[in-house]
Amino acid sequence: MFGLKTSKISLFSDTKKLEKDIDEFVNILSEVGLAFKSIVRTYLTHSKNGNFDEMVEKVTEMESKADTITKEIEHALYEETLIPDARSDVLRLLEHLDELIGMYQGNCYHFSIQKPDFPEEFHEDLIGLTETVVSCVESLCLTVRSFFRDTKSVRDNAHKVTYFEKESDIKFSSLARRIFNSDLKLDQKMHLRYFVEKIDRICDQAEDIADELIIYSIKRSV
Amino acid sequence: MELTILLFLLGGLFLGWSLGANDAANVFGTAVGTRMVNFRTAAIICSIFVILGAVISGAGTTETLGKLGAINALPGAFACCVAAGFSVYLMTKSGLPVSTTQAIVGAIIGWNIFTGSSIDFGVLTTIFATWIICPILAGLISIGIYIGLKKFIAASKIHLLRLDAYTRAALLLAGAFGAYSLGANNIANVMGVFVNISPFTDINVSNFFIITSVQQLFLIGGLAIAVGVFTYSKKVMFTVGNDLLKLSPLSAFVIVLSHSIVLFLFASQGISSFLTSLNLPAIPLVPVSSSQAIVGGVIGIGFLKGGKEVKWSVAGKISIGWVVLPIITMIIAMFILYILTYMFNLNVVF
Repeated sequence: MFGLKTSKISLFSDTKKLEKDIDEFVNILSEVGLAFKSIVRTYLTHSKNGNFDEMVEKVTEMESKADTITKEIEHALYEETLIPDARSDVLRLLEHLDELIGMYQGNCYHFSIQKPDFPEEFHEDLIGLTETVVSCVESLCLTVRSFFRDTKSVRDNAHKVTYFEKESDIKFSSLARRIFNSDLKLDQKMHLRYFVEKIDRICDQAEDIADELIIYSIKRSV
Repeated sequence: MELTILLFLLGGLFLGWSLGANDAANVFGTAVGTRMVNFRTAAIICSIFVILGAVISGAGTTETLGKLGAINALPGAFACCVAAGFSVYLMTKSGLPVSTTQAIVGAIIGWNIFTGSSIDFGVLTTIFATWIICPILAGLISIGIYIGLKKFIAASKIHLLRLDAYTRAALLLAGAFGAYSLGANNIANVMGVFVNISPFTDINVSNFFIITSVQQLFLIGGLAIAVGVFTYSKKVMFTVGNDLLKLSPLSAFVIVLSHSIVLFLFASQGISSFLTSLNLPAIPLVPVSSSQAIVGGVIGIGFLKGGKEVKWSVAGKISIGWVVLPIITMIIAMFILYILTYMFNLNVVF
């Protein structure tokens, strides 16, 4: 009897902790995006500033914290056999969100290591693309939160993700076209295109996750 | 207590074991099948509350069953229990959720025919009618609860994980209620035939309360049910929880709750008296089938979701089991009564 009582109490406290962990994980995704936006701006304007490296280091720390949280959530869901019907969906979701954080971090590292030389004429466009990508992921964060609390809003929020993904595609195409129409050498063009494409891919991944979330929410509603 | 009496009581205990293995599995089947509650926890809670239900509220349905056939000789009661227990065991072995209610009614009819006793067709009709009403009522109740619950959850915006924790707790509570109702409603199947010939005497506990001979009978019946739960109910739990319809944990809770409400309605002397006091028709206190209540609940949810996901072949197989079981049990009972009468020279009726 007492064993059962204790396990019930522990179930409710575990649940609260897990809810907190998931919220924190989504917060990290959102914060990494905001940090990325600042990093790109800082890189373009003050690339030799030491502040840039500190910011990249901070993103790395956030990424590693997200990894730890993912593992904790994964263990808790399996050990406590929580949400048996939605467990695989939630774990896949967290895995894909973690990949998204990894993509942000990867981009930061590539900027830090390869130091691409973006001429000033492209700065505005690159910042614009980055802002759209971050807005796209912000909308995804809302979609994720609504999946856990309010499945009816998932579709609305996912729609915003799709909207920003399309915006991002337009900005990417326009920037890539401008880069290749410029007088830069081909190797530099290719290098810049690589960065622009990598940033745009974050949106593609966000849209894929939003699509998954719509399916998961339909599964939950039936 | 004489050894022969104990031996005959074993028939009832065997039926109790069958009830635990099959009917009690219904109570926690959806919870265990959806992996929301582990089998051990389900078995412990189920056993405790079945015993409580049997001892505290088991008298009402026993009276009705007694009217159907007042078996007045221990060998007769033994034959009925063994026949019912054996046929339920056969069904349990094939994973079909049948009910001891159907089996014991079949056995009593067999006893009536064999001994030439008159069958109270009024009572028989009431029992048969409840077998039709019970799954329909459970289905309707589950649809109502499910719709209300879905609306409440959508409005309250509970976190998925918290909802999971609440559902688990609710499943345990509904399961406990279901087990109590099952004990109250179905103990009549197990020990009802022994009530008129109970070998026990009332026990006065320090002038504080009295444990009647019937309650003692129901207690050992309840213990037999608990043994059935622990030793043999797992397979039926998974049939109920998975095979008929892929259930979500929330549906599992709704089904257990509606099943428990239906069983409680047909076992509660309080509700029946209350309705009578309001000049309303009383609910007949009849041992209904927990399997029918559960399957009715599952199909109700299935209908609500469009009916496409219900495995109708499984539902059909279960329904055939419900029709076949009383007939088989009746034949087996008559066969055992024949053996006891003509081979062992025992009186199966006084």
